[in-house]
Amino acid sequence: TASMFLRLLSDVRWRTANPKWRRMTCSQRSTSSTAEPHPVPLPAQAQVVICGGGIVGTSVAYHLSKMGWKDIVLLEQGRLAAGTTRFCAGIVSTARPVSVELKMADYSNKLYQQLEQETGVKTGYVKTGSISLAQTQDRLISLKRIASSLNVMGIPCEIITPKQVAQLHPLINIHDLVGAMYVPEDALVSSANVSLALATAASRNGVQIHERTSVSHVSVQKGRVTGVETDRGQIQCQYFVNCAGQWAYELGHSVEEPVNIPLHACEHFYLLTHPLKEPLASTLPTIVDPDGRIYIRNWQGGILSGGFEKNPKPLFTEGRNQLEIQNLQEDWDHFEPLLSALLRRMPGLEALQIMQLVNCPESFTPDMRCIMGESPTVRGYFVLAGMNSAGISYGGGAGKYLAEWMVNGYPSENVWPLDLKRFGTLQSSRTFLRHRVMEVMPLMCDLKVPRWDFQTGRQLRTSPLYDRLDAQGARWMEKHGFERVKYFVPPGKDLLDLDQSKTFYKPDWFDIVGSEVKCCKEAVCVIDMSSFTKFEISSTGDQALESLQYLFSNDLDVPVGHVVHTGMLNEKGGYENDCSIARLSKRSFFMISPTDQQVHCWAWLKNHLPDDSNLTMEDVTWKYTALNLIGPRAVDVLSELSYAPITPEHFPSLFCKEMSVGYANGIRVMSITHTGEPGFMLYIPIEYALHVYNEVMNMGQKYGIRNAGYYALRSLRIEKFFAFWGQDLDAFTTPMECGREFQVKLEKGMQFVGQEALLEQKQNGVYKRFTMFILEDHDTDMDLWPWWGEPIFRNGRYVGKTTSSAYSYTLERHVCLGFVQHFDEKTGEELVVTTDFINQGEYEIDIAGQRFQAKAKLYPFSSLFTHRRRKDEVELSGYQRE
Amino acid sequence: FYLTPPQVNSILKANEYSFKVPEFDGKNVSSVLGFDSNQLPANAPIEDRRSAATCLQTRGMLLGVFDGHAGCACAQAVSERLFYYIAVSLLPHETLLEIENAVESGRALLPILQWHKHPNDYFSKEASKLYFNSLRTYWQELIDLNSGETTDVKEALINAFKRLDNDISLEAQVGDPNSFLNYLVLRVAFSGATACVAHVDGVDLHIANTGDSRAMLGVQEEDGSWSAVNLSYDHNAQNEHEVERVKMEHPKSEEKSLVKQDRLLGLLMPFRAFGDVKFKWSIELQKRVVESGPDQLNDNEYTKFIPPNYHTPPYLTAEPEVIHHKLRPQDKFLVLATDGLWETMHRQDVARIVGEYLTGVHHQQPIAVGGYKVTLGQMHGLLTERRARISSVFEDQNAATHLIRHAVGNNEFGTVDHERLSKMLSLPEELARMYRDDITIIVVQFNSHVIGAYQNEE
Repeated sequence: TASMFLRLLSDVRWRTANPKWRRMTCSQRSTSSTAEPHPVPLPAQAQVVICGGGIVGTSVAYHLSKMGWKDIVLLEQGRLAAGTTRFCAGIVSTARPVSVELKMADYSNKLYQQLEQETGVKTGYVKTGSISLAQTQDRLISLKRIASSLNVMGIPCEIITPKQVAQLHPLINIHDLVGAMYVPEDALVSSANVSLALATAASRNGVQIHERTSVSHVSVQKGRVTGVETDRGQIQCQYFVNCAGQWAYELGHSVEEPVNIPLHACEHFYLLTHPLKEPLASTLPTIVDPDGRIYIRNWQGGILSGGFEKNPKPLFTEGRNQLEIQNLQEDWDHFEPLLSALLRRMPGLEALQIMQLVNCPESFTPDMRCIMGESPTVRGYFVLAGMNSAGISYGGGAGKYLAEWMVNGYPSENVWPLDLKRFGTLQSSRTFLRHRVMEVMPLMCDLKVPRWDFQTGRQLRTSPLYDRLDAQGARWMEKHGFERVKYFVPPGKDLLDLDQSKTFYKPDWFDIVGSEVKCCKEAVCVIDMSSFTKFEISSTGDQALESLQYLFSNDLDVPVGHVVHTGMLNEKGGYENDCSIARLSKRSFFMISPTDQQVHCWAWLKNHLPDDSNLTMEDVTWKYTALNLIGPRAVDVLSELSYAPITPEHFPSLFCKEMSVGYANGIRVMSITHTGEPGFMLYIPIEYALHVYNEVMNMGQKYGIRNAGYYALRSLRIEKFFAFWGQDLDAFTTPMECGREFQVKLEKGMQFVGQEALLEQKQNGVYKRFTMFILEDHDTDMDLWPWWGEPIFRNGRYVGKTTSSAYSYTLERHVCLGFVQHFDEKTGEELVVTTDFINQGEYEIDIAGQRFQAKAKLYPFSSLFTHRRRKDEVELSGYQRE
Repeated sequence: FYLTPPQVNSILKANEYSFKVPEFDGKNVSSVLGFDSNQLPANAPIEDRRSAATCLQTRGMLLGVFDGHAGCACAQAVSERLFYYIAVSLLPHETLLEIENAVESGRALLPILQWHKHPNDYFSKEASKLYFNSLRTYWQELIDLNSGETTDVKEALINAFKRLDNDISLEAQVGDPNSFLNYLVLRVAFSGATACVAHVDGVDLHIANTGDSRAMLGVQEEDGSWSAVNLSYDHNAQNEHEVERVKMEHPKSEEKSLVKQDRLLGLLMPFRAFGDVKFKWSIELQKRVVESGPDQLNDNEYTKFIPPNYHTPPYLTAEPEVIHHKLRPQDKFLVLATDGLWETMHRQDVARIVGEYLTGVHHQQPIAVGGYKVTLGQMHGLLTERRARISSVFEDQNAATHLIRHAVGNNEFGTVDHERLSKMLSLPEELARMYRDDITIIVVQFNSHVIGAYQNEE
């Protein structure tokens, strides 16, 4: 039955259609002209070896060869496009919530549209449009949010009424709908043929394609890829690209130094029917009914309908490899809820005859986003996999970004949300992946609300205070596997159930966080911030200082005991990381950076620090528990626990001292809080953590101390206009663009990475500017809350998007942070953004289609906050991580 | 009036209890994975009791169901006390001495049993001292008797049953100065209870049964199907051997009056039981105890009533019939249940339902469309029906609950009918007993790997 299906799904019978790439490679190699199993011997060496001949691998080959790299070999263990690519539903949909995913899908759509013309291979591309249905108001809000971001991208998109849905599609039952989103340019393709077209074009550009060749091992020397071993011999290469789809995890482990690629396959089912009596038009829009968990597209006059069930079936947990994945069982009982949803949506299909139920495994990742980039441990080892059932939508764009990454050193977009380095080895346990993907797959259809946390694979990394805090009502979220407190539910108070608490409006913890914020402002709070990434860098001589001076933009040649906020920039001046560095001694430094920097920052430093045995770097994240004492009474609490003088005269802002707290010695106390509020960070060797915490809580009682969580911290830092790496700052943002020129020491007497780019910006101005917006006519109780990614309008014209937002309990207003750009009204060209440009506009923020007036500010409300404090206590600006 | 599925579930699950034997820790390799138990009352208050405990001074686990009649006092007492009597009977001489010395010198006692109790399974605080003294007298006698032989489980079980029944009888005859306790011991003695107790130690499974509760072993055949093996005989009129035994113990002249209307002396359904001194004591003793007893007892017509044709007591014994079974890897579970279950379900069905529940396998062939012409509507109908058939499995986290759901809710096709279930559970208190009996179930799941390993050792 599988082969029958293949014939039917492919409009082009590619074997008989005599694909040109095959003939070309054959003639180039001048070997036998018949289709022998392995007519062409493998080359002995190549610049790039790509493993995987699905949509992803062929897209990477296509884009690399377009960008001028010619010496490329693509290896496929079976036949081209015979895996997940062949079986997938072929829907190209741009309705994606994450901005970079949206851009990838948009690019893919445009690429596929012209592919037939470019290659001569029929791709089956039909611009059908798609309609996403909403059965609830909340769903409609989420569609409106997507519509807002599609519109500002220039992708046509409309929110329509149920009646309009009925006009666009004759079979839909609309009585339970509240609205829908129509994206007229979404398309259908024959996915296998798109992949073959990409392969054909790549082959014309010189890429050698070898089928029935499987990679058994990737060789590494001195941390670099040197070659691959296959069942047909070895190939020496500089770059290896793992596009092995659901086998990528296993392939990643076939290296001396394993490359962890956290993904796991799940069975995925869709139904094919015979044509209707009156065959459906091939231009009929694709229907996505997320509340029913299904999608429905026209297919050969009948329909193709699949979905994402609540109880997915993960498979290949033990890594059972197999060449073809065509023999998986149909499971009708499992498909029953989806079939019910289909018949509810299109009751007229009852009499339609079934052709087949297709079981097509898809690979899923721990956070629903694909995996892209270079391995943090093996240079030259690139990965593009884990498409979360959107391989066709993302394949084109993702292939382009990866090719840019390999050729130019970095893609043309910020792809940190997709970067392999966002994961560590901790996400690679098969048990973790199995459990997590069982949660992730249903999420494809679940409502995506702000501040959502995964429920599986939790309590992996915890602070030693976890149980203590949990017993006091802590509610937890997770970052990079580390449990962090969101807020503390006071005794006797109950919050809503997980499902009921999902909202786009004011959340149920509003007052709880409000009282924590109040306590930070008026008394003192303690927040466990142990998840921060902490490195120690030291040397026998001056190597540590010299290397860090080169890698960081601020001046680190400060007296011992000083703390410096600084960016770790790339050549373009963009933030690779944003850290605080304390000078512990003349020759050693303590570096604190965001939690999810653990892998990325380590790899960056490893790659940039000189190979010098006198220079050592250690990841000490696990050695210290970090407590943040925030608030005006923090100084009083700490004074009582230590004999060292803590008053601002003795311990001014941005200092670091090692002292004893209670009985515990060797506590690193820093006069920073990451919020702009007064207070201290305590870095405590973990065995003392409980002792110090108990002492602080006991002593703090008379000063009104209480526990607080990250939501309070977040509100504090956003109202103080503190940017956060990974949310507001990324590799495409420079200090000049976010008002942090004072953290850059262009004249520090030596060169540093990104200096030239920053100098140029200093002279010529910046093209985007980090700005703070105070929502004016927004009703906190009644209106939708901002989140991030909301379009910003200046004088009615789109100028950028927000990057984070929070309710400020001090201002009693919502605050959004975001970047403002200046597009020429006629040409759309990007112009320099000046202070005047920012200050002279009328601003609006678009939340799910509704626009709210906002006041733009380039500097925080310093007067409002500092009236109670001395000036020297103020951290001028800083950085914040959540 | 109609109960919603969540309401039905809250009724069914009110008394459920599960225990999992802690996993292999290097020394405690148990052949028992754990057990699920539950009870559904028909009487108000329920007259069934259940107990489960791990022996701490010897190896093994004890599980039992107790079906009370003429009140719940006897079943309650037996559920509290019997396992102590069994545990003590199994203890080696040295341990008994150690315990006795500890009591003598007021030191802390070695714990004998670790109970696995549902919060509703209570112990009566008031009687604990009295019960303890009786138990102590028992172990003191065991110490004096020191035979030097290793304890035989079968013998220990029989001794424990008989001794406890004897103590119940004696306590009622002696009475207690405390009027509450005095009334309590009398109620215990004048009511009755059957007992079906399992002792599992490695591959050695002993079932001691007194009365008409039943133990059944669930065996998985090589083809995956389930069959039931009885590990107890009902002591009632349907059991020829039992009728024979009773007749043998009494003169020929009473042959006709012994069993009438399938009841002992035309009154009692079980032919063996704890308590029930009305079928054990002489008429004189009964009269003396009732007359000297508290007024409540005198006012009770039932206690004053002497069974007809009562010539040669005792007519009733608590002595159990003990069956020993060596566990095999195919023995997957054991069901202990009071007659409330067995009246409504055939043991073969019980074996299948529990077996399929525990393994999660339902003997439904997967559907394949193949070359047939099937429409979406037809397929949908077929799937909905199949789903209804297995959905009841997923509602339960407890095998005993699952079994009760079937026992009460099964329709003529052997599938759970929600409407029927709802009706049966919403019966008013006074009617409930007419449609169903108290049901108490313990499902013990065995660890086939451990049992297999034992076998290989032997």
